[in-house]
Amino acid sequence: MIKLNPKLSQKFAVAFLFCATIVAIIPVVIIIFIIIKNGYSAISLEFLTAMPTNGMRSGGIFPAIVGTLSIVFCAILITLPIGVCAAIYLNEYAKDTLLTRLIKLAIVNLAGIPSVVYGLFGLGIFVMFLGFGVSIIAGALTLSIMELPVIITTARGALNSVPPAFREASLALGVSRWQTIRHIVLPNALPGILTGAILSIARISGETAPILFTAAAFYLPHIPRSPFDQVMALPYHLYIISTQIPNMPKNIIFATALVLLMMVLSMSLIAIIARIYFRKRRKW
Amino acid sequence: MAQIEIKNFNLYYGSFQGLKNVNMTIKEKRITSMIGPSGCGKSTLLRSINRMNDMIEGVKTEGEINIAGNNIYDQNIDIDVLRRNVGMVFQRPNPFPISVYNNVSFGLEVNRIERKRNVIDEIVQKSLESVLLWDDIKDKLKKSALLLTLEQQQRLCIARVIAVRPQIILLDEPCSSLDPHATQRIEELMMRLKEDYTIVIVTHNMQQAARVSQDTAFMLLGELIEFDKTSKIFTNPGDKKTDDYVSGRFG
Ligand SMILES: Nc1ncnc2c1ncn2[C@@H]1O[C@H](COP(=O)(O)OP(=O)(O)OP(=O)(O)O)[C@@H](O)[C@H]1O
Ligand SMILES: [Mg+2]
Repeated sequence: MIKLNPKLSQKFAVAFLFCATIVAIIPVVIIIFIIIKNGYSAISLEFLTAMPTNGMRSGGIFPAIVGTLSIVFCAILITLPIGVCAAIYLNEYAKDTLLTRLIKLAIVNLAGIPSVVYGLFGLGIFVMFLGFGVSIIAGALTLSIMELPVIITTARGALNSVPPAFREASLALGVSRWQTIRHIVLPNALPGILTGAILSIARISGETAPILFTAAAFYLPHIPRSPFDQVMALPYHLYIISTQIPNMPKNIIFATALVLLMMVLSMSLIAIIARIYFRKRRKW
Repeated sequence: MAQIEIKNFNLYYGSFQGLKNVNMTIKEKRITSMIGPSGCGKSTLLRSINRMNDMIEGVKTEGEINIAGNNIYDQNIDIDVLRRNVGMVFQRPNPFPISVYNNVSFGLEVNRIERKRNVIDEIVQKSLESVLLWDDIKDKLKKSALLLTLEQQQRLCIARVIAVRPQIILLDEPCSSLDPHATQRIEELMMRLKEDYTIVIVTHNMQQAARVSQDTAFMLLGELIEFDKTSKIFTNPGDKKTDDYVSGRFG
């Protein structure tokens, strides 16, 4: 065994840890670089706002963008209120019994279920059993079920970060529990809940498996008219043009990936900025 | 009538007994202080008087606490009404992160005790006046309460309690995060307030108890050892343990 002197081994350790960090981010940087390099030539206003033409080999990806946005926003509209209510119940009301502990444990572990399982569940329940067909609403419900544990967990974190002293002060004034939640806890937890919701939107925008059987259409060059319409969706569209269409121009594939990437990244960026903003304004 | 009559009162945190058969009658419109070493159950007893311990899981109580003749541990007691009647001020000033005005009007508005704006305005002003804060901050009512000094924040917390018109005010070491100067002024305030309210204060500071209170309770390990006139407790206590504590031989 070689004994290095402590100073030197400290230097080696730091260098090694730094290398590990670099290795972790290099692939991301390379991926973003390749996508931008190959895709930017096809990006134009027309690409973003036109229907695909010529068997998707030219034209735009407008219906896929609209489709993804409508599925994702329906999903968040469903999952956010339910998730916040469940988080309030678990944090503020539920007694610490075996049952609540099991529920909390289940919620944490539900996040680890592969998304394709949710896709199959959505196909069975929403598309077939409830008869919604392959549609925005079926896809949104599937995504919201998948995202519910995440929303509940982030909302519980936001509720927990409200200082107990505020609750105590309110209750000691003879304000009921529910009014305390409504007037003190929720307003102070809202920034955390909202940033969590934006991150959830970013996360589910890129999901393919849950909408594969429940919402996504292969080729549908018009925008949806009702929640029961089938739609194109960016992640699925990307999969199709990358694997199913012969003679597909490379730059359109990469441009589509770039749009999806930008959607997700800009959402995360908004969440980060919002978090910084709220943290600065918060005085406790 | 707002005297507090504590009868054979026991409190358990799960299997740990925090209060052991406490009996005392706290007289109205006086300041009663509770002293004793850390962990002896002063806060627990204080929080029993407005049932703040109800929030803690696994807490069980036995015995009675009667306020104006009604047992507050009765089944049909409305806890929110009780807490409006028995206000509480905490160790660390804890104003809400909203404006000064809204802090004071919070209890009134959320509980819908008062709806008329001019009446609320008046109560806010009166409450701030009674804690001697009005003149300092009447131009800053719209500012965040968190911008005030700690002493002002603690006064605001007292004003917030006064606004819902309690008869009893409980204070749990209200000066422990304040400097000596601010402490002195809060003590003066308490002495003014005892004209209108029954005041119970928990304190670590024996000089403070001696300065402000008429009656003093000495507690040890969840038991009420002695409860008497403050002058008696500090000069001629009836119990050896009280004597040891107030003369600084332990604790
Ligand atoms: N939530 C709780 N769960 C379990 N035990 C508790 C709880 N709160 C207090 N206790 C215990 O009850 C006893 C009395 O606590 P309490 O806070 O009333 O003491 P105190 O006299 O106010 O002390 P201090 O002067 O440090 O504030 C302590 O032994 C404490 O450990
Ligand atoms: Mg205490």
